[in-house]
Amino acid sequence: MNKMQKAIRELAEMDEMAVRSSPVHALHPLSKLIATVIYILVTLSFDKYDLSGLVPMVLWPVLLFQLSGIEVRSCFYKLRIVLPLVMAVGLFNPFFDKTVVLQLGSLPVTGGVISMLTLMLKGVFCLMASFLLMATTPIDNLCAALRMLHVPKLLVTLLLLTYRYVGVMTEELAVMTDAYHLRAPGQKGIHISAWGSFLGQLLLRSMDRAQELYSSMLLRGYHQHFHYADIPPFRTRDALYMAGCALFFLLLRCVRIAQILGGTLVR
Amino acid sequence: MHMADALLAPAVAATMYVASGTAAGISIHKLKQDDEPQKLPVMAVTAALVFAGQMINYTIPGTGSSGHMCGGMLLSALLGPQAGFLSMIVILAIQCLFFADGGLMALGANIWNMAFYGCFVGYYLIWRPIMRSNWFGEGKSAQRTRIIAASIIGCIVTLQLGAFSVVLETSLSGITELPFGAFVALMQPIHLAIGLVEGLITSAVLLFVYESRPELLQCVNPEESETSKRSLKTVVAILAVVALVVGGGLSLLASSNPDGLEWALFGNAEEGYAENMGLDEDNFGVSSKAADTAGAIQEKTSFLPDYAFADNDTPAGTTVSGIVGAAMVAGIAVLICVAGGFFRKKKKAA
Repeated sequence: MNKMQKAIRELAEMDEMAVRSSPVHALHPLSKLIATVIYILVTLSFDKYDLSGLVPMVLWPVLLFQLSGIEVRSCFYKLRIVLPLVMAVGLFNPFFDKTVVLQLGSLPVTGGVISMLTLMLKGVFCLMASFLLMATTPIDNLCAALRMLHVPKLLVTLLLLTYRYVGVMTEELAVMTDAYHLRAPGQKGIHISAWGSFLGQLLLRSMDRAQELYSSMLLRGYHQHFHYADIPPFRTRDALYMAGCALFFLLLRCVRIAQILGGTLVR
Repeated sequence: MHMADALLAPAVAATMYVASGTAAGISIHKLKQDDEPQKLPVMAVTAALVFAGQMINYTIPGTGSSGHMCGGMLLSALLGPQAGFLSMIVILAIQCLFFADGGLMALGANIWNMAFYGCFVGYYLIWRPIMRSNWFGEGKSAQRTRIIAASIIGCIVTLQLGAFSVVLETSLSGITELPFGAFVALMQPIHLAIGLVEGLITSAVLLFVYESRPELLQCVNPEESETSKRSLKTVVAILAVVALVVGGGLSLLASSNPDGLEWALFGNAEEGYAENMGLDEDNFGVSSKAADTAGAIQEKTSFLPDYAFADNDTPAGTTVSGIVGAAMVAGIAVLICVAGGFFRKKKKAA
């Protein structure tokens, strides 16, 4: 399976997860979007040494994973993209910040190690939050929510149209790549002699396809107005969910839950 | 070069959202003025193609490694800077939302680093001036050379600017202990090589388009060059914006000392002004109950704290209780998972 086929599978998997039914799926997309943004902002606002303050932030995504029935495995698969860069930046911290801040038995723990762990946890938590948003909200509903936030119509329509065509284009390129490699066995990528023509040919075909797409849109009555998903109205429970989440995050940010819990056992 | 959320402080992420949002707003306004409704599907299909095209590995002869295409330059050469910029935004949004390539909060920064430089700086300062110039003479072969030169220079310059912005944004966020100079020295040379390869791939694709359908490329038709006199103003404006952003960012970063006023009051020369005036930093300012409460709230909610170790002088017991507490939180998380699994099984059985 080549890279493009894997991407198609990943997209299909996300689409399949987004249309499942659960209490989280049933929430209004706007409330989920706002709650996610607040969660990420609060997570990022923790001090780089505040590891114990950050850890309780895991509770919200864990709770949502359980309520929505989404597999954590699919989320962790996506970590392969986020973690390398975060680790590349964080791995330098132990070398530059050697102040010992904690002694675990005979093992000294430096500030650099703490800040590296905090950075990695922030990366994982933020990824989980964004993943949960997309895994419980179909793209059409998300676009409708973006329109409610007055994100320009042109941008939202473009996002929706591009998303529709990403699948088509990726599939076409996957077939082309397979065909190319079958004719050039043992070759790692596209040879320099075909650099331009390989994508260029598809590009020209796509330009013509775009014209056909526009004609078909006109035939279906397109007058620069796109029909977005019919989402249910914003109900009291959506507002309560949003407010509840915001309060919970604020509580986790201001009250040192981990230390209070630990304090009950350690005197 | 996609930045993750964890690499940015909320204030930096918000600033980059504002900057990218402004550029997007201007682009949308310009496209609305042009009133070309047929451009929307072209933008969508081209963006989808570039998205997929970025997954193709192009073999670099003699190295055994492979490179990818530079989306920003390709899109702006095909669709123009504004349409190219908006198309890049949706590509980055899809990569972020569905593939976790870049974060939701870091989207503003990623748009700036990869789309703004590629589309606006790459188009107005590199692609258009080179394509409208008489460099390499007249005729088709000169035009081909100009396309190659513009693509390679464009990709190198825009990638360098993007990489520098990544360093700047990460350093301003106080995420890494890596010194600014070392970080720059680490990022820029790598992206120089990447830029060169991406430029070559982009030029190969654009040359193919030029040979087959030259009318699809921006600024290659001679009749378009009438407006070339106007471009100087735009170039100056864009240069000013870039200079402001880069210069402003650098000056902020350079002041690792307290700000000018604090420095003047508390850290001036051998004996600070404050000391000369008999002022003490801790007791300086208005002391009142309201000020103390405000200070406590600020301490709790500060989005860009001073990066000092929290509770520096607290006994080790507090830290230990923190670790135990974190373990208890992990326990609670596991309990939630077990409870969730139990209820799901029960639901399935029913």
